[in-house]
Amino acid sequence: MSLVFAGVCSHAPGITGRAHLADSAVKDEFHAQFHRFGEAMRAAKPDAVIVVAAEHFANFFMNNMPTYAIGMADSYEGPIEDPKWLGIEKTKVPGDAALSQRLIREVMQTVDVAYAEEWKFDHGIMVPLHFLTPKFDTRVIPVNINCQGPPLTPLHRAWAFGEALRRACDKAPERIALVGTGGISHWPATPDSGKVNAEWDAEFMRRWCANDREALLSQADYNDEATYREAGQGGFEIRTFLSVAAAARGKGHILHMKAIPIFAVTCTAATMSIE
Amino acid sequence: MSLYAMQKFLFALNRDTEVQRRYAEGGDTRATLLGAYDFNEEEREAIDKGDIGKLYVLGCNGQLLMHFAPLLGIAWADYLEAMREGVRKYGPVRAGIYAMTTGTDEKVAGV
Repeated sequence: MSLVFAGVCSHAPGITGRAHLADSAVKDEFHAQFHRFGEAMRAAKPDAVIVVAAEHFANFFMNNMPTYAIGMADSYEGPIEDPKWLGIEKTKVPGDAALSQRLIREVMQTVDVAYAEEWKFDHGIMVPLHFLTPKFDTRVIPVNINCQGPPLTPLHRAWAFGEALRRACDKAPERIALVGTGGISHWPATPDSGKVNAEWDAEFMRRWCANDREALLSQADYNDEATYREAGQGGFEIRTFLSVAAAARGKGHILHMKAIPIFAVTCTAATMSIE
Repeated sequence: MSLYAMQKFLFALNRDTEVQRRYAEGGDTRATLLGAYDFNEEEREAIDKGDIGKLYVLGCNGQLLMHFAPLLGIAWADYLEAMREGVRKYGPVRAGIYAMTTGTDEKVAGV
């Protein structure tokens, strides 16, 4: 069939794990929009969901770090984190090894990608799924872009990876949804946790919604040094957003973009039309 | 190389229940587990004691450290404070990409 839905969202563990510590009205508004994001995705009736996440050393370490990796199993386990800490019970998530293999073969036509027949999900995938497929009953194709251990993939390569994913989806008979999770600015897991750069976030998302490739790949604005300085180490995860924009080719629509400090991130949910 | 070893240990601990069991058991079992890694004495002691503040200052990646804290039963607010205390006690972060950019008396997230 092809790509039937595209969007991006936050995945910070506090969104579920520290929900009880947030201002309830602020939390409720974000969770409502996150659920709305999930409803929009499910309305597209996807057979499978590709989740392009920034993985946090749940599977890959610096002894052999793949820049891009795609899961190729019929099921996955998660979360690796303590369920009480994350607020999500351990569960088995359905995958689709055959579909993964077809996607990987096509992506490989232009982008070298690692594949993994074993993958443990961390909060980067489990938090989005909590809102997107709350029954964990939709097949998931996990994808990771290394955003943790430098050197990181250049932005134009993340864009090319998104284009490759789109070509792969276009060749599949299944209806496929694509969700990128990560960023935007944040300083997670540090004493700076809660800090964001609202202006940087707004400008990045303006460019994302316009699907302005040249502006999104600006070396002046989003080189690693500038991103680290302006948006923290969590800002490196914009690579997942870039891949989705490259795949969808459309315009973005923001459902939610507001900092919730106890969640340690600008809490974002946005869809993108598919062109 | 030692920072690499610390982070590799935390990687194993965070995802492997058998490593978690051996660490939690303590005593000789924990000592044997830690002995398999190329730590220096300062690092081995920080891992052994679950000294979040020291590990943060030594440069452990925050995503690895953040998962270690719940295994130790440390709540979020206490985790953040442990890192601030680590900087107060041992000085600025020495390595890695998770250097602190706020003050040790700042509570950005309110906790």
